[in-house]
Amino acid sequence: MSHWIILPVVLPAMLAPIIGFVMRYDIVLARVTSTVGTVLLLAISLGLVMMAADGTTHIYRLGDWPAPFGIVLVLDRLSALMVLLTSALALMVLLHAMASGWDNRGRHFHALFQFQLMGICGAFLTGDVFNLFVFFEILLIASYGLMIHSGGRDRMRAGLQYVVMNLAGSTLFLFALGTLYASTGTLNIADLAAKIPLIPAEEAGLVRVAAMLLMIVFAVKAALFPVQFWLPATYSNAPAPVAALFAIMTKVGAYAILRVHTVVFGPGVAGTDGMIDAWLFPAAIVTIALGAFGVLGAKRLMPLISFSVVGSMGTLLVAVAVFSPVATTAALYYMVHSTFAAACLFLIADLVVSRRDGDALTAAHPTVQNGLFAAIFFAAAIAMAGMPPLSGFLGKLLVLDALREPGLMGWAWTAILAGSLLTIVGFARAGSTLFWKSTAIPVLAPEETADDADGSDDTPPPNRATPAEVAPVMLTLAALVGLAVFAGPVASYLEQTSTQLFDRAGYISAVLAPGEET
Amino acid sequence: MEFLVASAVGTMTAGGVYLLLRLRTFPVILGLALLSYAVNVFLFSSGRLAIDMSPILSKYGEASYTDPLPQALVLTAIVISFGMTAVLVMISLGAFLEADSDKIDIDETDANEDVAK
Repeated sequence: MSHWIILPVVLPAMLAPIIGFVMRYDIVLARVTSTVGTVLLLAISLGLVMMAADGTTHIYRLGDWPAPFGIVLVLDRLSALMVLLTSALALMVLLHAMASGWDNRGRHFHALFQFQLMGICGAFLTGDVFNLFVFFEILLIASYGLMIHSGGRDRMRAGLQYVVMNLAGSTLFLFALGTLYASTGTLNIADLAAKIPLIPAEEAGLVRVAAMLLMIVFAVKAALFPVQFWLPATYSNAPAPVAALFAIMTKVGAYAILRVHTVVFGPGVAGTDGMIDAWLFPAAIVTIALGAFGVLGAKRLMPLISFSVVGSMGTLLVAVAVFSPVATTAALYYMVHSTFAAACLFLIADLVVSRRDGDALTAAHPTVQNGLFAAIFFAAAIAMAGMPPLSGFLGKLLVLDALREPGLMGWAWTAILAGSLLTIVGFARAGSTLFWKSTAIPVLAPEETADDADGSDDTPPPNRATPAEVAPVMLTLAALVGLAVFAGPVASYLEQTSTQLFDRAGYISAVLAPGEET
Repeated sequence: MEFLVASAVGTMTAGGVYLLLRLRTFPVILGLALLSYAVNVFLFSSGRLAIDMSPILSKYGEASYTDPLPQALVLTAIVISFGMTAVLVMISLGAFLEADSDKIDIDETDANEDVAK
């Protein structure tokens, strides 16, 4: 039993209160501590990926209680991958938040940030559904604070909606857990996976209700139609680095669907067979369409990016809904890609919007580094829409390739391809308005030109992006390029991941077999 | 007994959902509180209803006991929902003070003004 497994939860949990209480008035100290903590988290999660790469399912029993009675943390390839994704994204977002000064526009950014990381890592690692609920609450309560960070009228109102939506979701989660416990007598994922297949189909009514309720709860997190409506308002009003961090939060929902509905209510379980995919698949198709039309119709930059996130969640969940190892491999690849793509878009949008008057998609004075911003936005938009050079293309290709079954192919291919086209059009329109048409407007006001004629133009423009501000965006882009260049090794790791995910017997025996792994 | 608990859960849930769909902040908060009461009672009864039984095994003979796990779950749920309600009250107060309105939905006209700006 390796203690490394619990460190991604314990480390931020220890740092957050220290930052919150001791360093609340010292932003430099808080920044240093938070960065060091996130770098350590990245190192730990790299170690965990190495540890999980041999294919065994590692167990951490809290308090050393055996599995169905105590809470367990489970580290397999999937959870290690998700923790690594979280910490890599967190480091980029944190660097951006510090360079752009977002973290200093309100109190307790770093403490909330660490609590958020604790919740997300915990949700990925836990092997118990009630514990999953608790970690969901931790990541949500931290996200409420981050969402309304630095205040403002629209942000507070959007934050209120976000909180109400998620509190209602939490209540549903508890109803689902109560139903599940009443019908099986356990909440351990492995134990549930062992017990639910034994329930005959005609007696599984309550289990079916619980499975559906859980799916609705996770769908709220994953922004799946018909419960996606909170996402555009939330993401477009959140501070941009927070919105970039939230790119992983929708993935928590997708991960939970993958984990719970594969391992517990997986394919071949008599009580729930065919029920989940029958609902998930059409909902995901509609989500793609909604995202695409939203991108096309958005009048402002932040909602445009938010809708593209909705569309990418649809694409991801279409692949998840098939519940086969091949499709899951594609879904995982697309999940990693879309996390970085969304983060990249939000970060570059922040650089642009903070140098313009609002984020409306209208031509205005071009920013000082119009060319640089346009190039980054172009690359990020290519990635999000799924055009060739970057990993979005490979991701969508894998998803399309996995969805070749006759009943699915027509719907899925039409939705994904048409959705991509609309997304491209939407992004092209936004990019050309923001960066291209703006160049037609003269850069300098007349009196400044007069000053320039005097030759006294040495003072640099005040709002030039420093290298430190551009670097995190470049890092997310580099992640996308890396994902495309090393697509082969990554895909083979993900293939093993999904094989392990669908090996339900292996998961059950690893968690429930008493004490052979020490 | 079962009927009483079930109808209480049902009534509270129905009331909670109705209040949750209201337009103003205060009824929505009350609705969420009602929903969390409903879910607490529901969780409590998910380990079967039992009267006069302790959730502890007795060393002395055959004393029957009730399932302790739902009680632990409901305790966690109460703590979380109480804390969340407090957070919600504070955020809605903040939103009310910022916007001078306790409507829960974001006005379309507001959004359009922003675009025009």
